[in-house]
Amino acid sequence: MPVFQVRIHGRGGQGVVTAAEMLSVAAFRDGHYAQAFPSFGSERTGAPVVAFCRIDGGPIRTREPIVEPDGLIVQDATLLHQVDLFSGVGPEALILVNSSRSMEELGLSDLLQGPARRRVLTVPATELAREHTGRAVPNAALLGGFAALSAVVSIDAVILAIRDRFGGEVAEGNAAAARQAFAFVADEAAAVGAPEERRRPLLEGSHRAATA
Amino acid sequence: MLRQLEGSRAVAEAVGLCRPEVVCAYPISPQTHIIEGIGALVKSGALEHCEFINVESEFAAMSVCIGASAAGARAYTATASQGLLYMMEAVYNASGLGLPVVMTLANRAIGAPINIWNDHSDAMAVRDAGWIQLFAETNQEAVDLHVQAFRLAEELSMPVMVCMDGFILTHAVEAVEMPTQAQVDAFVPPYEPRQVLDPADPVSIGAMVGPEAFEEVRYLAHVKQLQALERIPAVAAEFAAAFGRTSGGLVHGYRCEDAEVIVVALGSVLGTIKDAVDELRQRQVRVGVVGVGSFRPFPEAALRDALGDAATVVVVEKALAPGAGGILARDVTMAAAGGGAEVRTVIAGLGGRPITKASLAAVIEAAGRGELEALHFLDLDHTLVDRELARMGTQRRSGPAAENILRDVGVVSARVR
Repeated sequence: MPVFQVRIHGRGGQGVVTAAEMLSVAAFRDGHYAQAFPSFGSERTGAPVVAFCRIDGGPIRTREPIVEPDGLIVQDATLLHQVDLFSGVGPEALILVNSSRSMEELGLSDLLQGPARRRVLTVPATELAREHTGRAVPNAALLGGFAALSAVVSIDAVILAIRDRFGGEVAEGNAAAARQAFAFVADEAAAVGAPEERRRPLLEGSHRAATA
Repeated sequence: MLRQLEGSRAVAEAVGLCRPEVVCAYPISPQTHIIEGIGALVKSGALEHCEFINVESEFAAMSVCIGASAAGARAYTATASQGLLYMMEAVYNASGLGLPVVMTLANRAIGAPINIWNDHSDAMAVRDAGWIQLFAETNQEAVDLHVQAFRLAEELSMPVMVCMDGFILTHAVEAVEMPTQAQVDAFVPPYEPRQVLDPADPVSIGAMVGPEAFEEVRYLAHVKQLQALERIPAVAAEFAAAFGRTSGGLVHGYRCEDAEVIVVALGSVLGTIKDAVDELRQRQVRVGVVGVGSFRPFPEAALRDALGDAATVVVVEKALAPGAGGILARDVTMAAAGGGAEVRTVIAGLGGRPITKASLAAVIEAAGRGELEALHFLDLDHTLVDRELARMGTQRRSGPAAENILRDVGVVSARVR
């Protein structure tokens, strides 16, 4: 099983770097090796931000940026007109866009041609975050959705990662948003047909075995 | 315990486990998360008997460390880039006075033009300051090197700088086996100063030394570095025995057996190089890589052994001596002298330019075919350079080169007219 690489796009203040970190913690909690890193720019609220996460069955040595992601998470659909979000994104990639609108409504019908439909979904992560946490920070909900879309991490591990990062009500609110996004994406994926074979099997190899 | 941690957080906790008594630092990217982390440990009481001193500059930060260390306290600081340059005079004083300060350098480029991203220009700027300079390949090694650094510094009574790539390591979240307090306590004994400022037993430290003895004092600094050359592998071996993993040491070879081409580098780029080496080995290219763990003292003999009979040595380095070429490459050339190997220099990753496996593999293969120039700039955009050279050639007032190039690249924020 080759390395699984995820690129997360968003804006400063939306928890993009934290999302990559939590995804890596979730993968770690699942027993995988993971490496998360930001795009190393100057941080400004509202400016486009990119963060990355690699997940593998064994130790990860490379320090290259991710240019051909297997998974793409778009935290802010307004970036569609500002950033080349789909650079290096191949036809097999899994794409999750934070929006209450459909891909067609977002003008992304091109991405839905052929079998791709099963791999490209939107999820109203900001609405879910607002409902469960009172704040419009969609990162945790998107990770829940991405767990459903990809199966590269488990939803239980995502919840653990959220609780590692946050405490108290913030953690529980984000965990609830993540669970609801997971259910939403699982339903959507089922509705557009046979999602199971599109999902990545869990990676082979574990740091638990290596350190046991 | 294996934990998934940001590099800065892991280093902050590791420094805390070494029980520093005085931490004094001024924040600068990409070092900031490290000292924030240590500050939080002091404030929460998790790190006891430690004073965190806020100062107005890096010059003051190192000066406070010098005073604290001379008074017998275990002292620590961290900086990067321009911050290191701003403390430069005190950097030389710490080593000149033989004070075992430990400093993390979160490697970053030096301006102008201003650039917050990673390269090794800062570490190279202080290569002759008399400090031990260790380079971490991973965040695990960064953690482990700090534990070894306090031990080495205090044993030899000289300062140690642990270099870790800014952002690439400091901001990367990956699995790190964190040592326990008991393990670190057993490895780093309480600080027993060789010299101490004590009102009950007054001495003078840092007296003026004239021509009659200055050369001898400097010679002793060199002798200390040679002693460090012995102690660094010894401490790394003790570390391996105590902690059950290999970290530190002078040089590390990877797939160098029968290698015709050997790549030499410092720091985190070694990971990407190892991936490139594995790929090339699958294609029957006989290539290996040697990581230099200790840049100062420079392990000339150990490196010569590691290079073996390789016909070509490719030094990949994240720093440039304008007008000369490579910096590490010159030391490697000295080590390889007499062995008959051709040394090629590849300048890469300046100011955070990504170093890709594909580009590395291409230059390594070119070197193997004897087609790599003596000094090569990885992925240099010749079109951009030629355009600016043409501007400079055709008009006297061609303007600021950096801004001209940014306009050519199309970076909107640099547009001023």
